Amino acid sequence: MYKEYLSVNSIAGPLILVQETEGIKYGEIAEIELKTNEVRRGRVLEVNRDKVLVQLFEGTTGLNTTESRVRFLGRGIELPVSADMLGRIFDGLGRPIDKGPAIIPEKKLDINGSPINPYSRDFPEEFIQTGVSAIDGMNTLVRGQKLPIMSGSGLPHNLLAAQIARQAKVLGKEEKFAVVFAAMGITFEEANFFISDFRRTGAIERTVLFINLADDPAIERISTPRMALTCAEYFAFEKDMHVLVILTDMTNYCDALREISAARKEVPGRRGYPGYMYTDLATNYERAGRIKGKKGSITQIPILTMPEDDKTHPIPDLTGYITEGQLILSRELHRQGIYPPIDVLPSLSRLKQKGIGPERTRDDHANISSQLFAAYARGRDLKELALILGEAALSETDKMFIKFADQYENKFVQQGENENRSIEETLDLGWNLLTLLPKTELKRVKEEEIEKYLPKEIKSEL
Amino acid sequence: MVEGKIIRVAGPLVVAENMLNVRMYDVVKVSEKKLIGEVIELKEDKASIQVYEETSGIGPGEPVYPTGQPLSVELGPGLISSIYDGVQRPLDLIRLLSGDLVTRGVDLPGIERKKKWYFKPLLKKGAKVITGDILGTVQETTLIVHKIMVPPGIAGEISKISEGEFTVEEPIAEIKLTDNGKRLTVTMLQKWPVRIPRPYKEKLPPDEPLITGQRVVDTFFPVTKGGTACIPGPFGSGKTVVQHQLSKWADAEIIVFVGCGERGNEMADVLLEFPELKDPHTGEPLIKRTVLIANTSNMPVAAREASVYTGITIAEYFRDMGYKVALMADSTSRWAEALREISGRLEEMPGEEGYPAYLATRIAEFYERSGKTVCLGSDTRIGTLSVIGAVSPPGGDLSDPVVQATLRMVKVFWSLEDKLAYMRHFPAISWLRSYSLYLENISNYLAKTVSADFLPLRSEAMKILQEEATLEEIVRLVGIESLSPKERLTLETAKSIREDFLHQFAFDPQDTYTSLKKQYLLLKIIIFLHHQCLKALDAGINFRELANLKVREKIARMKFNPEEKLEHFDQLEEEIKKGIGELKNV
Repeated sequence: MYKEYLSVNSIAGPLILVQETEGIKYGEIAEIELKTNEVRRGRVLEVNRDKVLVQLFEGTTGLNTTESRVRFLGRGIELPVSADMLGRIFDGLGRPIDKGPAIIPEKKLDINGSPINPYSRDFPEEFIQTGVSAIDGMNTLVRGQKLPIMSGSGLPHNLLAAQIARQAKVLGKEEKFAVVFAAMGITFEEANFFISDFRRTGAIERTVLFINLADDPAIERISTPRMALTCAEYFAFEKDMHVLVILTDMTNYCDALREISAARKEVPGRRGYPGYMYTDLATNYERAGRIKGKKGSITQIPILTMPEDDKTHPIPDLTGYITEGQLILSRELHRQGIYPPIDVLPSLSRLKQKGIGPERTRDDHANISSQLFAAYARGRDLKELALILGEAALSETDKMFIKFADQYENKFVQQGENENRSIEETLDLGWNLLTLLPKTELKRVKEEEIEKYLPKEIKSEL
Repeated sequence: MVEGKIIRVAGPLVVAENMLNVRMYDVVKVSEKKLIGEVIELKEDKASIQVYEETSGIGPGEPVYPTGQPLSVELGPGLISSIYDGVQRPLDLIRLLSGDLVTRGVDLPGIERKKKWYFKPLLKKGAKVITGDILGTVQETTLIVHKIMVPPGIAGEISKISEGEFTVEEPIAEIKLTDNGKRLTVTMLQKWPVRIPRPYKEKLPPDEPLITGQRVVDTFFPVTKGGTACIPGPFGSGKTVVQHQLSKWADAEIIVFVGCGERGNEMADVLLEFPELKDPHTGEPLIKRTVLIANTSNMPVAAREASVYTGITIAEYFRDMGYKVALMADSTSRWAEALREISGRLEEMPGEEGYPAYLATRIAEFYERSGKTVCLGSDTRIGTLSVIGAVSPPGGDLSDPVVQATLRMVKVFWSLEDKLAYMRHFPAISWLRSYSLYLENISNYLAKTVSADFLPLRSEAMKILQEEATLEEIVRLVGIESLSPKERLTLETAKSIREDFLHQFAFDPQDTYTSLKKQYLLLKIIIFLHHQCLKALDAGINFRELANLKVREKIARMKFNPEEKLEHFDQLEEEIKKGIGELKNV
């Protein structure tokens, strides 16, 4: 039996203050029973002598100070885990919502986890072929990486994430693979898109979903990614599976964080987000990687919509400082009808260098991608210039670069939703495009590579 | 000591009462879990404590045990090749003890107690010693001779000193103190509080470059041994790669790398790579001269605050032995944010952007611990400590308080630009915005060791790059055709400087490190071609033909030219002359 407190002193936003308590610990979980016998859950944010500040996940609507009973459970929030979770759907607090049977837990895990000892980490270097050229060729994803998709409202980030989840594989290996999907504050339709896509492809059998929809309690979202990551850690490091975690939409998560911070009247940082948002995001994002001696791995693809497509907004900004690169979607490319509209220039994969090269992808990969980057960047610059001055003011070489940039977008970046290109196809495509440029301009690739891979003539389709 | 009692817990901040007997910045152990914390505020009998570990499950009523000691690091043989967390707990041993995750309350000494080291005395019984004198040495790694120094504040006569195998806690010598005649036992293990700079005799102006093998750094914006530099830039602009490159190739004897609030996978990269990579100067694995401090972004925030101090104290200790030390901190912004977070919990009045008002003071104190110093002791050995800090301003905005406070302190500014990074021009150090205030200091050194015309060459290259920026504005407005042939040649040369000199592949085995000599030759050949072309233009040769010279392609590949075959540069000069000569004949 837990002691029940009737001493709620004040309620503000998602927070309640309980007084005259005894022996309460920081981070403990609390249950609040309303007069209607409805039970809500919360977490202790601060203890000051006998006063306890509790943050409610389901909101404070309908609560009053006189009739609410508060019980403290003496432990943090835990997720019951079991191998049977695959194929199941849970709410944002880990309760089944697919009308299936209750999970018989193998064990219960604290959802906050513990940081991985940096010394125990194994460096991610296994190339994941996503079948998307703009990722595989230019901003390569490796196992154990966290690579967010930074997008904007109305851009096809969900399509892309689903395509990656569908096509991702490590070459030459058949391994146990699972997807953990956490939805935070997305709409029913968006969630439904993922669920039906997983069903259509049969992927649902090896997927665990945690769903907090837009109309679910906002504060619940604070726990949702932690639930998902705890589940992922269980499958990766105890069940030896390679887990791909998709977190969408981190912007809603951060807004929930801001809501609590505002309710606590904390000194706000940039744009009202709390000063500790970096640390808070890091405790989620850093739960990716590989551990020495363990078979499994966690690869994270968080999705976030940048308010006003602004990369310097605190959410994408802090995310970019924690994650190992980013895939940025461009509205301009999207308008041109290019799918996936990945803007390769500001996109980046920090772990690429270790995942590519001979034995992993191909010996020319590093240099050809560097060359494509340089040439495309120059082509784009020249296109802007041509807008101001007109094509006539450009030299012959400049015009070649412009043509290259156009073809690069249309042939290399552009591909079908179900088109799964092998890494060889992607790289050869890159070499084909380079035939559009004079050989003297190809400074980033070595002569031997030109000899070996550059087609001798321009392909007719270019 | 009397124990206190917790009354408040809010994240990493714990307030305890009945703490009259503790002093500011003393270390305390919080609750029965013995979490490490540091006193950061005292009000009557209440102490605010920042706790270096996760505080979940801690509540009012639990005890707080004072240790009576300030936060200190342990110094002695065994530091090199170690990997520590922010409060000097060895992560490799923690892994053995508690598995792959960092659990709480692990208490392990920073220096291994059981290992025996062979101590070789340099002084004999009866010798008079003062603070800083070297009693003897221990061969710590194949690269590093660890010098055991007389601890600070001690002067007297050696009454006993012994050679042989000892653990760090066993006495190696005894000193009869001059003040009171008492005998003091000396061990190899010493402690020093991290927040207090270690003393030295005198500071000197730094006058020798820290050679990093990175062309844009060494030639254009050099830093000195004992100097300070900062690398601000938005995410994805390559701060970490630059820091890694510097810690790999810089010609310092000891590298202290502080990963402060950064990515776990990147630390793993360093940990796996450093034992493999060979130091270009000695051929030994890099790890044998490196101390790593890893406090990744998901590790407790308060320990992040401590990690830079832990790092710099260890670095100072090696400086005191007379070594050339370089400290890399990646990233100081995370340290500043930790300060901000703690300050917020203390409900202090915020300064700019919510940072505490003392931010600038703290940053200044940190960078001032660098320098070229005459070390304590009877000999006049000189040690240097260079400090290179990465800064991660939000949105890459240089008006960020951390950047501004740092820029007031450091002498070298490597400004990373995302536009360059997008073109995969690495290192993405902007040649227009960066600066180094050390050129004057090191001009003698460069003239002596490389060539007298090194700096003039650099100035000329800089001028060409500056001109390029102006000319590009014009091109943007009225098109390239409006430029004179000479101006177009300037653009061509600037492009060559950018692509063939400044751009450097960190991942190419040849290009990743360039010696000063080769840097000089490379720049010289580019400028030589420029001059030859200028002459040719005067002689009435068409610009297009000069721009299409075959030899340009060869220059572009010169950075991949092996260090052993520098004579190729002379041949190239001949080729240039020949190539241009042929044009004249047409």
